[in-house]
Amino acid sequence: MKAFKYLSPTTVEEAIAFHSRHSETAKYIGGGTDVIVKVKEGWMEPDYLISLKKIGDMSELHKNDATGELSIGAMVTHATLEKSLMIRNEYPIIHDAVSNIGSLQVRNVGTIGGNLINAVPSADGAIPLIALDGMALLHGPDGERSVEVKDLFIAPYKTILKPREILKKITIPPQAPHTGSAYIKFGRRAAMELPLIGIGVLLTLDDDLQTCPRARICLGVAAPTPMRAFDAENFLVGKKIDENILIEAGKIAADESKVRDSVRGKAWHRKEMILVHVRRMGLKCLNMIKDNN
Amino acid sequence: MTTNISFLLNGDEISYDIKDHWTLLHLLREEMGLIGTKEGCGNGECGACTVIVDKLAVNSCLYLAVEADGKTIETIEGLASTEGSLHPLQQSFVDNGGIQCGFCTPGMIMSSKALLDENPDADREEIKHALAGNICRCTGYIQIFESVEAVKGMGGQNE
Repeated sequence: MKAFKYLSPTTVEEAIAFHSRHSETAKYIGGGTDVIVKVKEGWMEPDYLISLKKIGDMSELHKNDATGELSIGAMVTHATLEKSLMIRNEYPIIHDAVSNIGSLQVRNVGTIGGNLINAVPSADGAIPLIALDGMALLHGPDGERSVEVKDLFIAPYKTILKPREILKKITIPPQAPHTGSAYIKFGRRAAMELPLIGIGVLLTLDDDLQTCPRARICLGVAAPTPMRAFDAENFLVGKKIDENILIEAGKIAADESKVRDSVRGKAWHRKEMILVHVRRMGLKCLNMIKDNN
Repeated sequence: MTTNISFLLNGDEISYDIKDHWTLLHLLREEMGLIGTKEGCGNGECGACTVIVDKLAVNSCLYLAVEADGKTIETIEGLASTEGSLHPLQQSFVDNGGIQCGFCTPGMIMSSKALLDENPDADREEIKHALAGNICRCTGYIQIFESVEAVKGMGGQNE
């Protein structure tokens, strides 16, 4: 592997200063499960790797009980999210998604921030955060800014982050009562494999436990970047949700998806699976809401 | 680009001058001569290089040695007792046919140890989930799962 110098700043400001000093030849590194592969393969040739691991608050996972806001530091590992009972109980869609990212060895080291910044079309980590209306807090040389997680991605492997900017954390606004959420990574096998298609569904119901005021249907590998199926979501809003309605929503989501043929599967297969799994994940949400009521 | 790191390796305190770009796998195998840990793919896909860092199974091929500073590292060499008796997991892989060529075995056993240390009563699904990142091209996995199940409840500790 190419030689580099490893720097470990303890604040975001220090990290940005390091990066500014070495500009073209410096790269940030989180868990390293992607960066190290890229350096080994020669796709990335840094003289300096600036680790974000020692920046204390970037590894914090915290729910503010007073406001109901969830804060996920960008350096929180997938395994930390997977093992958190709070995440499993209150944000099942996150648990579903992170549990099958890479392997346990990768999840123990790889971070949610790294998963987002890589911006692969399949990004398992992004789908639940988009469904939960997550906000990404970015910190760059000119200060901080917030963007919706769904707007982070421009193209495969490309985000809106400016040079030297750091993704600090993701915040999730308080969830409405009677909300259920679920994600499935569909493919030949879950571990060490990119999904054929990823489907995340979040449903909120009114107090009648039937009418849906808010729906999210988010798809991975259905377009160059993670996408929301807005037509399908809008179709669900205001309706009393049952299996037939979910089947209709699945058809609409499949239609608005921009799936294509690839080595992992054909477009028609992906569309069929969107149809099937929007229904299944939707039913899972409904059951969750009923069980928690 | 040389950094001095200190870490606990299989119970021994180690201080070592490393290069920043060395992986933990390189440090263990090429510099320290601990060749029990294997290099398979070198890209975090196969799990042959699995070691335990602060109780977590990691791919040492993607883990920078510089990040091992201050950590507790366990490798396959640390499992058998100093008198030479095998760790229950090692014995179980022998007894239950969990080994053929043996190349994946150190990684399999370290992943299994990390699992059982944390969850001594892991069921078949939990074992499969924990070992999903360890690839074996010989046994077909069934005997490996059986080897791990046979030591369940023993906490993966030396008896």
